[in-house]
Amino acid sequence: MIGNISVKYLSLLVTIGLFIVMYGFGSYMYTGFFSPQVFLNLFIDNAFLCVTAVGMTFVIISGGIDLSVGSVIALTTMISAHLLETSHWNPAAVIVLVLLIGSALGFAMGSLIHHFQLPPFIVTLAGMFLARGLCYIINIDSIPITNEFYTKVSQYRISLGGESFISINVVIFVVVVIAAIFLAHYTRFGRTVYAIGGNEQSAILMGLPVGRTKVLIYTINGFCSALAGVVFTFYMLSGYGLHAVGMEMDAIASVVIGGTLLSGGVGYVLGTMFGVLILGTIQTLIVFQGTLSSWWTKIVIGILLFLFCLLQRLFETGKGLKIQGVASSQKAEA
Amino acid sequence: MEGGGKLDTILEMRNITKTFTGVKALDGVSLKVSRDEIHALVGENGAGKSTLMKILSGVYPHGDYSGSVDYEGSECAFKSILDSEKLGIVIIHQELALIPYLSIAENIFLGNERAKGGVIDWHRTVSMAGELLAKVGLDENPNSLIMNIGVGKQQLVEIAKALAKKVKLLILDEPTAALNDEESSKLLDLLLELKKQGVTSILISHKLNEIARVSDSVTIIRDGKVIETLDNATRKVDQDRIVKSMVGREIVDRFPKRDSHIGEVILKVEDWTVYHPLYEDRKVINGVSLNVRRGEVVGLAGLMGAGRTELAMSIFGRSYGKRHSGRVFKDGKEIQLHSVTASIDNGIAYLTEDRKNYGLVLIEDVRSNISLASLPKVSAGQVINQGKENQAATAMQQQMRIRCTGIDQIVESLSGGNQQKVVLSKWILSEPDILILDEPTRGIDVGAKYEIYTIINRLISEGKSIILISSEMPELLGMCDRIYVMTEGEISGELDREHATQENIMHCIMNHQRGTKE
Repeated sequence: MIGNISVKYLSLLVTIGLFIVMYGFGSYMYTGFFSPQVFLNLFIDNAFLCVTAVGMTFVIISGGIDLSVGSVIALTTMISAHLLETSHWNPAAVIVLVLLIGSALGFAMGSLIHHFQLPPFIVTLAGMFLARGLCYIINIDSIPITNEFYTKVSQYRISLGGESFISINVVIFVVVVIAAIFLAHYTRFGRTVYAIGGNEQSAILMGLPVGRTKVLIYTINGFCSALAGVVFTFYMLSGYGLHAVGMEMDAIASVVIGGTLLSGGVGYVLGTMFGVLILGTIQTLIVFQGTLSSWWTKIVIGILLFLFCLLQRLFETGKGLKIQGVASSQKAEA
Repeated sequence: MEGGGKLDTILEMRNITKTFTGVKALDGVSLKVSRDEIHALVGENGAGKSTLMKILSGVYPHGDYSGSVDYEGSECAFKSILDSEKLGIVIIHQELALIPYLSIAENIFLGNERAKGGVIDWHRTVSMAGELLAKVGLDENPNSLIMNIGVGKQQLVEIAKALAKKVKLLILDEPTAALNDEESSKLLDLLLELKKQGVTSILISHKLNEIARVSDSVTIIRDGKVIETLDNATRKVDQDRIVKSMVGREIVDRFPKRDSHIGEVILKVEDWTVYHPLYEDRKVINGVSLNVRRGEVVGLAGLMGAGRTELAMSIFGRSYGKRHSGRVFKDGKEIQLHSVTASIDNGIAYLTEDRKNYGLVLIEDVRSNISLASLPKVSAGQVINQGKENQAATAMQQQMRIRCTGIDQIVESLSGGNQQKVVLSKWILSEPDILILDEPTRGIDVGAKYEIYTIINRLISEGKSIILISSEMPELLGMCDRIYVMTEGEISGELDREHATQENIMHCIMNHQRGTKE
């Protein structure tokens, strides 16, 4: 059956299709929507979300979850702003340090999850509170960044011919996506992540390095959220304890809309990227519409998320009918 | 048998055809079940038995198939399983549908609660559950949790649950697959007892001796068609004929011949002792010593719970148990097997008895399931060489004759026999010297079994060694050069080919049990 292959990729195709439809809808409805810069702005305005969602993709494929990423982003902006503005550190040293802190936080959470067999939900919930709380130890107010390097990076425009341009953040984002795709599909690490999510017991009995890989997954996600924090700092040019509140949920939503199964084992980095772009398109649509409040974004995301989970359930079982049978019989299907 | 009139037939399925995306799973199947009989349904995996039963119980609703179902003289059009249960048709699946954290009584009346005005009457629930348990001969407190009783007892709870629904036609899908001999025979006796009380049963099973013992008639299905229905009123049904009808050819020899060239000792285990992972003062394996020679198939016989799987898994990278002690030698040199990786590196592979939970990643394709245990072989450093991986997986698929649409097919959608071949391929690709096969033919059909035996012989001819764990005595006797008998975590006997008989194995077990009790 060719069906078998396509079912695996189907949710990815649906995500990409949905993005094209939504973007097409906007182009048809609003003049100026179908311009290269509006399209590129999707990348510019959502680079930080995509970077952290890519890390989240690995976590979710392995069957885990990480709630700490929003707080780690906030902590990163806070540490960066403090070191740059109050201590006048070298920007390069600041970036290296925050990336190390993010990775270390991820490593610590991953180690707890692996060695003590704790549920990822609880461990990363603790990490979320910890990182958010640490922000306020540094400062309870927003710290604007005036550092020359940061403002230059923030304002630098890479021209793509004509009037259109991208920011350095977009370059980081593209590099992260490409690296992640390579990691997921072309390395032993990637294979092990999928195997853990598919069936951890089997993975252990196949001699795969399950423990090491799990710790590494959370470390990579910690690194990604810190990198997203750096990107976010370039974008906002400030550090603030209330930055990125709830962004972990946006990241999870993007991953799920991108076709990754919350139960693990199936998922695509590319899908996650389109998940982020769909979220961005909804926001852009609402801006172009003009009269709706931005909270409509959340409502639309909520509906989409629900539809996608429904869709995945349908693919998982193959047929709608089969589900009915199982649900009404309450029997476990072979 | 004919001419008994309408009353004698409780169920008649006529000309049932069911298609799945172009493939005919059932092709004009007709089945007639008489009242108060035990009707056995046999066929290879994928023959269509389960599909037929799902149609009967309403899992596949009316309109989803063609043909008619007459039950108690009137035509039925079940929309769901609830409709069939209302008329007293209850199906018990192979994978039991009990909730582990609920009590026996709660499970029995789940979805069928004893209630007064919407509030559960616990007193009546428990007392009625007690009565039902007595009826099925299960001596357990109705308040015990399901998770705390064994599979055999759970099976009885399922039957009690069916009785609570006033069952008239009971369908059992391989009820004894996970049970030991004693539990199986208890269950079969219960079916005979229920028959006397007016419950008709349809029994799906691979175990022909059980079928011969309890069933009144046997229907054989092959490739979605009924081949024949045999009468077994005298309990003298010809088992060879059943096998022949099932596979469509005569199996001259159930175990293929091999020339054995047994060499020197390759693996030696000395004084191996393992404690229970939770109750750390309980010895599960006690001072086991054994050896395996090159080119030899060594069997591990024993009753369920004798510790065979535990022994194998504890040797394989200490995957089972705590406080391991004892020594393992390979080619005369002591080796340390602290992890699964170390075992694989030392050329030892373990094929699990539970392939779905411990052997495969079901939602992945054939390719990655084959390559996962040998990733270093198909990688340059950390990076996988996809060309090499495809080549290796395709070669295995062809060599093992795994029937799939390609190495991209998801393993979950393969039949049991082909899944088992994928697990075998995975280990063969890792090039082990010693393969421990734990129940390699469990739950797979006769034809696929023969293929697995052929593969075992081929591995032996390549100079590998095999430890075969099996609960099927004929399989051990037919395949092994030497058999160790395990009883209660200890080796209670060692039999070479000439002395290996079913009686001798049982003697070893009995003598040992008597010995430890005195």
